[in-house]
Amino acid sequence: MDEQPRAKAGITIALAGNPNAGKTTLFNSLTGLKQKVANYPGVTVERRAGVWKIGTIPASLIDLPGLYSLETTSLDEKIARDVLTGEINGLPKPDAIVAVVDATNLERNLYLVTQLFDFGIPVVVALTMIDVFEKQKHQIDVGKLSDLLKTPVVEVNARNGRGKQQLVESVGEAIDSGQRNPFSFNGGNVTGKIFARYNFISDVVQQSVLHNDLEAHDISEKIDRVLTHRIFGLVILIAILLLVFQAIFSWATLPMDLLEQGFGSMGAFVRSQMSEGILTDLLVDGIIAGVGGVLIFLPQILLLFLFISILEDTGYLARAAFLLDKLMSRVGLHGKAFLPLMSSFACAIPGIMATRTIENRRDRFATILIAPLMSCSARLPVYTLMIAAFFAGQTIFGFVSLGAVLMLAMYSLGIIAAIIVAFVLKRTILKAPPPPFIMELPPYRLPNLRTILQNMFTRAGLFVKRAGTVILAISIVLWALMYFPRQVPGLESQAASGVEGARESVPPSGAGGLTQQTQAAPIFHDQRQLETPNSELESNSRQLQNSYAGRLGHFIEPVIQPLGFDWKIGVALIASFAAREVLVSTLSIIYNVGKDENEESETLISAIRNAKREDGSLVWSPLTALTLMVFFVLAMQCMSTVAVVRRETNSWSWTLFMVGYMTVLAYAAAFATYQGGRLLGFA
Amino acid sequence: MNLTHAPAGVDARITAVNGEGGITRRLMEMGVRPGISVRLVKTGPFGDPIEIRVLGYSLAIRRNEADTIEVEL
Repeated sequence: MDEQPRAKAGITIALAGNPNAGKTTLFNSLTGLKQKVANYPGVTVERRAGVWKIGTIPASLIDLPGLYSLETTSLDEKIARDVLTGEINGLPKPDAIVAVVDATNLERNLYLVTQLFDFGIPVVVALTMIDVFEKQKHQIDVGKLSDLLKTPVVEVNARNGRGKQQLVESVGEAIDSGQRNPFSFNGGNVTGKIFARYNFISDVVQQSVLHNDLEAHDISEKIDRVLTHRIFGLVILIAILLLVFQAIFSWATLPMDLLEQGFGSMGAFVRSQMSEGILTDLLVDGIIAGVGGVLIFLPQILLLFLFISILEDTGYLARAAFLLDKLMSRVGLHGKAFLPLMSSFACAIPGIMATRTIENRRDRFATILIAPLMSCSARLPVYTLMIAAFFAGQTIFGFVSLGAVLMLAMYSLGIIAAIIVAFVLKRTILKAPPPPFIMELPPYRLPNLRTILQNMFTRAGLFVKRAGTVILAISIVLWALMYFPRQVPGLESQAASGVEGARESVPPSGAGGLTQQTQAAPIFHDQRQLETPNSELESNSRQLQNSYAGRLGHFIEPVIQPLGFDWKIGVALIASFAAREVLVSTLSIIYNVGKDENEESETLISAIRNAKREDGSLVWSPLTALTLMVFFVLAMQCMSTVAVVRRETNSWSWTLFMVGYMTVLAYAAAFATYQGGRLLGFA
Repeated sequence: MNLTHAPAGVDARITAVNGEGGITRRLMEMGVRPGISVRLVKTGPFGDPIEIRVLGYSLAIRRNEADTIEVEL
């Protein structure tokens, strides 16, 4: 709310309307503010405001969530009610309401309008989709409609700007005259009131609309003969999902590589321009490497949201929910949970935020609790690194890539775990009767480019914000954990012989030490790694062992030993509690890849392959890699997600429950993988 | 008969909405109420939910909800 532009003159106008009525498109058009379109459950979760000029007076325009009614119990409706009654802190009661009404769906849209009348605030109806309506050979008498509603009605077309000026005038007049609507709808009980409203609406519509061809099947119904067909519909849905995944996993590679190189160069440039010291190390190794390592995933997120926005904007996502609802309801979830869960494949944070319009609290919590089990894009570098290091180039049956099979297996494992957890939750602590399912299948519409881009960038913005705040803070903390305490260079030769001798903390040396090797978080391939003299490597290794992070790694080693992990992997696990992808950069720090720019050397991959324990045995095997992947599928290693879950459930107990069950699940599955693999003879 | 058993693609008239509580209220608020015309459009691929057409728009509801809607042809 603090981010909302405040109108100087203090005029506040609320924009209300049914989902899919074109409300957010109108909002964008009136304010020009970047804003996403409400078109599917879960998109308009935040109340947004922009500045809209009423003549010369700037007014604050508040975009309410899409609503069918104001009298039921969903979170969106409660928020909307609170806005309209002025009960939201820092938001004055609106001076007027612009009610967006879809002409092609007049009766149901007007139902909300009759409820808006009850708030004692002047209402102006903005009639959208007139062009579509008239194409369907209907006619509407706008003057008559306005007379009957005793309310100004303005035809608007947000796409070409038609009617915007008239809307401004009507709203200005409505505020000046302070007109209140005279209607009251009292029919006794709840049902009676609904009847009273609809009887009034039927009258109004009958007198103002001329249906020439009421029975014409609309084009959406024809499209749905294929798209929601019980066989073709499912085939097409699967094809679309495959396309989306193809885009995320292969088309995103090029921009990701470019970003990776960009951050690498930025780090190198900063280092070359600054004198050596803690500040430079912090900037290059802590901030640029940490935040850069997260921003690398931006192309994937943009692509996913591009697809989701198109699917939403066209009306297809509701069909997908229709097709999948039965499957979702078998594990006790709502068809609407499909979108949040699908979003969670990119990132659980927008996914969890998208659960807001699942009305039933239990359904919503169940969806939130399993969303982080979907393999998000931050797990990808972990899977990719492990596959590249231990399974690259191997095939099954001679032609199926083992890497691809493992990747698919990891995604499937997350989905299966989510299904089992949801199943259990809905039969135990979240037990409830089958949830109601009432979902509009909106008419198919051509996607609007501006809407899609706005939607995409708004959501990407959420991700960038996360990188700029939580991840930044955690990057600095983690950098410090590995940077301090510093070693004195003179002690190195002595300590080199007594392996564990250098455990006690030593004052900072001030010079580069370990951290010069940690530049810019190499991800996996093509990163030229550089060899350093043995003594240097040992010194760095000791520095890490001595650091607070190293000590933490040693501390948890007994716990993770049954999973085949040593203390160095422990350090990486601790670091990646901040965000999963941090595992890769932490491993490159731990394995000390890269230093002297002129020498050839091993990559992170071969560093991992060759890493040895103190007894000289190899740390990693394909089984260890597989175990680590399984652990990452199931573990709750993302502080940002934890923060979002806390906010969305408004409960620390649920949040901690989620962290707890995921950690237990991850540990148990990793334990079973490693120990089971050993029993089967894989070392 | 209830809506679940109505023939697909045929217009019917709602005679009663029998449920109570939030779901029924939501159905009525979305226009599904006695006296109006309704059409069962199709059944989802796994037998549920169903798509119905009321007031000129399409709505997906589950059989549980459809069972509360009484119609006559």
